[in-house]
Amino acid sequence: MKISGARAIIKSLEKENVNVIFGYPGAAICPFYDALLDSSIRHILTRNEQGAAHAANGYARATGKTGVCVATSGPGATNLITGIATAYMDSIPIVAITGQVSTELIGRDVFQEADITGATAPFCKHNYLVKNAKKLPYIIKEAFHIASTGRPGPVLIDVPIDIQNTEIEFNYPETVDIRGYKPNYKGHPMQIKKAAEEISKAKAPVICAGGGIINAEASAELLELAEKCCIPVTTTLMGKGAIPSLHRLSLGMLGSHGSPVANYAVNNADLLILLGARVGDRAIAATHKIAKKAKIIHIDIDPAEIGKNIEVTIPIVGDVKNVLRDLISIVEKGNVDEWNQKIQSFKSKHTVSYEDVNEGDTVKPKYMLSLLSEMVPDNTIVTTEVGQNQIWAANHFNVSRPRSFITSGGMGTMGFGLPSAIGAKIGTPESTVITISGDGSFQMSLQELGTIKQCKIGVKVVIFNNSRLGMVREIQRTKYRGRYSQVFLENNPDFVSLFGAYGFKGERVENNSQVRAAIERMLSNDEPYLLDCVVDPEEPTL
Amino acid sequence: MAKHTLSVLVENHAGVLSRVAGLFSRRGFNIDSLAVGVTEDPEVSRMTIVVDGDDYVVEQVSKQLNKLVDVIKIKRLDDNDSVSRELALIKVNANATTRGEILQIVEVFRANVIDISKNTLTIEITGSLDKVAALEDMLKPFGIKEIARTGMIALERGNKHLAAEDNGK
Repeated sequence: MKISGARAIIKSLEKENVNVIFGYPGAAICPFYDALLDSSIRHILTRNEQGAAHAANGYARATGKTGVCVATSGPGATNLITGIATAYMDSIPIVAITGQVSTELIGRDVFQEADITGATAPFCKHNYLVKNAKKLPYIIKEAFHIASTGRPGPVLIDVPIDIQNTEIEFNYPETVDIRGYKPNYKGHPMQIKKAAEEISKAKAPVICAGGGIINAEASAELLELAEKCCIPVTTTLMGKGAIPSLHRLSLGMLGSHGSPVANYAVNNADLLILLGARVGDRAIAATHKIAKKAKIIHIDIDPAEIGKNIEVTIPIVGDVKNVLRDLISIVEKGNVDEWNQKIQSFKSKHTVSYEDVNEGDTVKPKYMLSLLSEMVPDNTIVTTEVGQNQIWAANHFNVSRPRSFITSGGMGTMGFGLPSAIGAKIGTPESTVITISGDGSFQMSLQELGTIKQCKIGVKVVIFNNSRLGMVREIQRTKYRGRYSQVFLENNPDFVSLFGAYGFKGERVENNSQVRAAIERMLSNDEPYLLDCVVDPEEPTL
Repeated sequence: MAKHTLSVLVENHAGVLSRVAGLFSRRGFNIDSLAVGVTEDPEVSRMTIVVDGDDYVVEQVSKQLNKLVDVIKIKRLDDNDSVSRELALIKVNANATTRGEILQIVEVFRANVIDISKNTLTIEITGSLDKVAALEDMLKPFGIKEIARTGMIALERGNKHLAAEDNGK
């Protein structure tokens, strides 16, 4: 029996076990939306296509599955781009499906035509413009395979409306074989042996765990290696959650916005073990200095990341989970007691104190976040916006498991927090999902409150409100002699009333003494709730 | 900086050339020349890319190209172990007095005259980059009207070859 291309897309999604998609309809994707009516796949209607892409991202990161977003041609597709680029920089598996104008009209600049495969090529792991309806099932199978394997990333499929309307025989392939795409999962045994030898010899080793640990579900292996060899662990922003924040070997996040002890450890190590981390500039800027001092083991599934930003002593290409398993089976603990004592004493000297709890007439974000992490249930997921709120959350919200901290690490996309929280909550309805934002970034996606309302999504929102673009202002204060340019958000709306307009509750939190009770009220049910926290504009990021 | 030759087998799809070219500009790599044509397998094209850069750049180019799903295989060709050629068409001013001299040069270079008019000659030359450059140099004094070059193509010497169907990349 023949079915339409649009129906074939839906059936293919069902074959890939997709049960929820995020999207926004339009003329060129109408056949798809028509076919969707006959499917059990749930559709979350966002208020902007960018929100759909971020929601798919949040969904993927909370569940480990591939997120799916859908948009129409032209502006619908171009609105996805920021979301696709955000997923690409953080190696998050999403599949984006876009409608396109009819095949015979492509290239004539007709209404709502945009070359979305051309436009997204720099930010996609791969993309397709479908020219033959018969190939749709194969393309979708390939797209999910490419998005979710190797180093994950976004894949876009652009489907002209006539292709959606073409009748085809539907046969979904069982397997794919792409000759130009063969990720290497198994690490080279000789290299792993060498790495084990270096680890046993090292006097001052440190592990830097990145988002690759989360993607590869390798947290247990990371902990086993760290504990077996007594090696302290720092994480990148993307690696947060790879090791529990309060683990004795955890040093917190490294880098320009990281913890002193993490940077102390990396700068004084004689062996740096990079696990699924790409050595981004915010994590390790002075790569030459570190490479001069320390030997470097770099384990990553993407060979192009090895040697890109730092010179490596022992490169190992492979799935970090597999490589760690092999490594753990042969590695021996080195003589690292002195090093660990040094680290511990540095750590205790530089521990942040939250003692000023009841002082001042504003909310202290660091205190608030630390308290919040104590009060939330274990299954909590936090998403963040970008700016001071992101760094406060990264450094002071303690997490205990992977996939519980979702943030735009590489791209630093403002407006990511709220829609990604929607995706995370849809994917894991049993979780408490809280998005940490600032008054600036919240307003980049606040229209998604409509999505939350319509689809009854119990997302909590914390706004650190200083009526400023706090991080840019801080840069202008320190690097531009206090010449503040366009960083004041005067006449912000009353966010509590704004929530009220959608029928959600919330409250303004004026100072630290009100924080605990406010958090209790927020966590008392599974409804959306806002804490609009008044923050001193002078509050530093670090 | 040194020049390096990469032989790249790619899927013969629409859009592959733009992916490859886009990657070079995006990552700040310099291409000296890029020549592309279909291989003995109609589904596979071969790109010969001459890259300007040090070892780090060439390694990065290769690794980043390898990440493109449409790229099947890449090999960096060793100058001493490969043969390379370029074809150029050169249209040069030639009148009754200069024509004879130009034809002598053409003969020395074993090039061919493929078009002639009252005041021009169009010359076809095949050879290494140096040879083409040398002919261009010799013809300059007569006034070159225009040049079209194919970019370099290359293959490994002897039995070595790059095939799409050996076990993956």
